[in-house]
Amino acid sequence: MSILHTVNKSPFERNSLESCLKFANKDDPVLLFEDGVYAVLKGTSAEKQLEAALAEQSIYVLGPDLAARGFSEDRIIDGIEVVDYAGFVELAANNDKVQAWL
Amino acid sequence: MKFAIQINEGPYQHQASDSAYFFTKAALEQGHEVFRVFFYHDGVNNGTRLTTPPQDDRNIVERWAELADQYKIQSVTKDENGNETVQTELVVCVAAAQRRGIVDEGEAKRNGKDATNIHPKFRISGLGQLVEAAIQADRLVVFGD
Repeated sequence: MSILHTVNKSPFERNSLESCLKFANKDDPVLLFEDGVYAVLKGTSAEKQLEAALAEQSIYVLGPDLAARGFSEDRIIDGIEVVDYAGFVELAANNDKVQAWL
Repeated sequence: MKFAIQINEGPYQHQASDSAYFFTKAALEQGHEVFRVFFYHDGVNNGTRLTTPPQDDRNIVERWAELADQYKIQSVTKDENGNETVQTELVVCVAAAQRRGIVDEGEAKRNGKDATNIHPKFRISGLGQLVEAAIQADRLVVFGD
């Protein structure tokens, strides 16, 4: 059984991404959206955490939320996949459950 | 696939309602079914028909109503005589609504209020509707703070 985990908080504000990565099973995908997109930027203190997570599971980021905060896709950590809302829906449909880390 | 959506935050305050709207729209455009959208906690404020945002801003309440209209986010029930009742499936939690002054005719009467403000494309109901949506739908997707 696979679970899509969604994180909408900046890792510099709350620890929901950290909790999510602690609890998520290997190979369970994580989608970062809303303020969660700050986690995928290169050169921040969250980069190591994301790099470690990428070895365990797929990490996705919502493109429109990235763009809304003024970040282009060339600023994100390699290996993280950008999806739009249609991609978000596909992730929700292709996994058995969706867990929001509110 | 059948989706149920839960929204815990009000409009113009948090991105949750916007995110939920774009997710729901994308799901419907892909041909998925949206069984119910349940507005809980401050999310009940998405259901007031009295909202009047500036003209150059999005109207979050109307946007939900138009999406429900276009894609028929509604249920049809038949009584023993075969009469059909069509019900909107934009559902506002009654306990959260009472606290925040979101009122329909029944609630106005019951609580002695002199006005209503629920949008005609929304309805007020109980938490059981969220439980039912979670059971009936293949996926429950939650948006909040």
